[in-house]
Amino acid sequence: MNLTIRHDQAVNVDAVPASPAHKTPFVRELPDGLSRLHLMVDNIHCAGCIRKIEKALHDTPGVARARVNLSTRRLVVDWTPSAIRARDLIDIVTELGFPAAPFDPDAFGTKDETAERRLLLSMAVAGFAAANVMLLSVSVWSGHDGSMGVATRDLFHWISALIALPAIVYAGQPFFRSAWAALSRRQLNMDVPISLAVVLAAGMSLYQTAVSGQHAYFDAAVGLLFFLLIGRYLDQRARTKARSAAQHLIRLTATGANILMQDGTVRSVAVNDLSPGMTMVVAAGERLAADGLVTKGRSAVDNSLMTGESMPVDIGPEDRVYAGTINLTAPIEVRIEAAGDDSLLAEIVRLVEAAEQGRARYVRIADRVARIYAPAVHVLAAIAFVGWLIAGADWMTALMTAVAVLIITCPCALGLAVPTAQTVASGLLMRHGVLLKSGDGLERLAATDVCVFDKTGTLTLGRPELVNRDAIDAEDLAISAALARRSRHPLCQALANAAGVQTGRTVTDISELSGRGIEGVVDGETINLGSAAWLGVDRGQHPPHSVEDDGCSEVWMVRDGRPSVVFRFRDTLRPDARATVEQLRGMGIAVRILSGDRRNIVDSFAAQIGIDPADCEAESLPAAKAEQVRALTDAGHKVLMVGDGLNDAPALAEGYASMSPATAANVSQTAADVIFQGESLMAVADTINLARATNRTVIQNFGLAFTYNLFAVPLAMAGVVTPLFAAIAMSGSSIVVVANSLRLGLLKWGKRS
Amino acid sequence: MNALVFLIPAALALGLAGLVAFVWSLKSGQFDDLDGAAERILDDEDD
Repeated sequence: MNLTIRHDQAVNVDAVPASPAHKTPFVRELPDGLSRLHLMVDNIHCAGCIRKIEKALHDTPGVARARVNLSTRRLVVDWTPSAIRARDLIDIVTELGFPAAPFDPDAFGTKDETAERRLLLSMAVAGFAAANVMLLSVSVWSGHDGSMGVATRDLFHWISALIALPAIVYAGQPFFRSAWAALSRRQLNMDVPISLAVVLAAGMSLYQTAVSGQHAYFDAAVGLLFFLLIGRYLDQRARTKARSAAQHLIRLTATGANILMQDGTVRSVAVNDLSPGMTMVVAAGERLAADGLVTKGRSAVDNSLMTGESMPVDIGPEDRVYAGTINLTAPIEVRIEAAGDDSLLAEIVRLVEAAEQGRARYVRIADRVARIYAPAVHVLAAIAFVGWLIAGADWMTALMTAVAVLIITCPCALGLAVPTAQTVASGLLMRHGVLLKSGDGLERLAATDVCVFDKTGTLTLGRPELVNRDAIDAEDLAISAALARRSRHPLCQALANAAGVQTGRTVTDISELSGRGIEGVVDGETINLGSAAWLGVDRGQHPPHSVEDDGCSEVWMVRDGRPSVVFRFRDTLRPDARATVEQLRGMGIAVRILSGDRRNIVDSFAAQIGIDPADCEAESLPAAKAEQVRALTDAGHKVLMVGDGLNDAPALAEGYASMSPATAANVSQTAADVIFQGESLMAVADTINLARATNRTVIQNFGLAFTYNLFAVPLAMAGVVTPLFAAIAMSGSSIVVVANSLRLGLLKWGKRS
Repeated sequence: MNALVFLIPAALALGLAGLVAFVWSLKSGQFDDLDGAAERILDDEDD
């Protein structure tokens, strides 16, 4: 076993006191002489966290400002560079229990933020215009009985035009651009009829105003834009949120490496300039920048990124280490074998991307509707135009009717149908600790019929627990727990937890030897806890391993002159794993296990949660896992993959939909559609339930929007639609759709059929 | 009719004032962290 001190993840910002010209890319100089550092911070949840971080930084000499952004989990610090190093600022935050990593604000997320801001501005402008134009329109309608003079009406129309036209030019751009992009690819999307309707309505209204006619549709055109922009903004916000979660991936990449030169000096080299054959010096607590073989030094690495296993792994000369993992205890030298795009990390990210491209072929419900709907709308408008011409109307009347059809058939209700339902659903999910990463993830989740679970960290908690408690003397347990409590090693923590709360023992003279064990004096007696090899335990004196003990981690304890005691630890099942499996089956979803673990262990777990061993695949490598998922897909199933390790990432991306626990490796979280927190596995079943309810709501919404069309389109084609009717019908149908979506929020979380 | 000479500009001015206020609040970053603002109000300790 490996007994090590686990360091918190600190990233190397300015580890190298290189030449003054050497600047880190993360620190910005402000005009007032201060420097600014942008950090991504994990584990922030509430006001307490914000306060703790900001207070700690404000109390640090040299720090002028510190501001946490809870929405994006980011932190901006302004400080005097001469007073404290950037690295120390990061350490302060990290030591509070919030792992922090610097990032380059120019490279991350600014595009999304600009887009979101732009939409919000467009929405504000459209809202302002819609309100004011509507005010004038209402006056015109009230004067429709002849009490308003023609001159006044024309004046009102001109003022409406003055407000509406600039607003349309500005606020309509998101739609015009998208429509143009689709047309230049010779495709139709929902934005094409929207843009056409808005442009034609504005153009016609302007003409009517100029010739002193009465059919001005400015209110309809601007109102349409305003409602659609609301839907667009909700959609964009959901996507930005999902992406900012994925951006935390950058915590995986080291910022640079210290390379040992021929002449024995150490130089800092950027990640991009690393090449095989170089030797890098990795300090304790640093993230590895490339794959390679250890040449000098012994240490332990945190491989959780790669395997999802929380246990540090001991390494020594000739052992292979991977980019993105963290060197924990002692400095090592590594000969680089693969850097940058050739590293295993990059390889797995590529696998995930390749599989995700397959998923990108999924067509969202809204787009599927648009594919049928958009051509239908244009055909109807054309029929109305030609029909009226044939019927002997002048071309002006015919065109007006066609425009009315376009406006009427383009209800905001359609634009709001999906985003409102998904916003309500994702809000509900968020409140229950489930993070929805992609909007269409819910749509896909609702359709799944097979659920494949990974074992370690998914069905289990991925956290060791004492299994042979009955065989251990209570005094032995209490004494070793007192010592174990002083170590941060996962097995020691598990041992301390197993003993429960205890007081009254004095522990002194503690020394911890990385990778070996811990020594200390408990109540005057010297105790050693550690690996069998370090303690020189003679295994012959102990009963041999039983099958059950396979795969267990061991800690041995030696007390003066007493026989040595072994503590065995094993990963434990999530408390409601069995209930979840039954619940999923009740929902018509088949359950399977796909594990990299040994056959007999997988079978014993399967038996515990009621899964037939025939439905379990054991000893699967990452590529094999993805293969199995593809085989199921080819057999006509829609597979939901639930996994946590990096080894699951390709399978997660291959699945029709995918979920990961919040403890999962970062790459897996990126590949997954949905991330759930907490110990309960029931979140999987509950999320599918909500996804199905959301899909029902979306379909209802489309149904409502179409029903409205069923009545409105014939009226529009008959030419009896007045601007007033169009405006009321449009807002009415939108309100009905929004109300229907809000109904989703009343859904009881965890209510199971 | 004469009332319109004042009322319409007044209505427009009020609307514009709202728009300008919104643009200002957007530019000054008040929409950057909606979740954080909701939590910060619970923090009543002054320091």
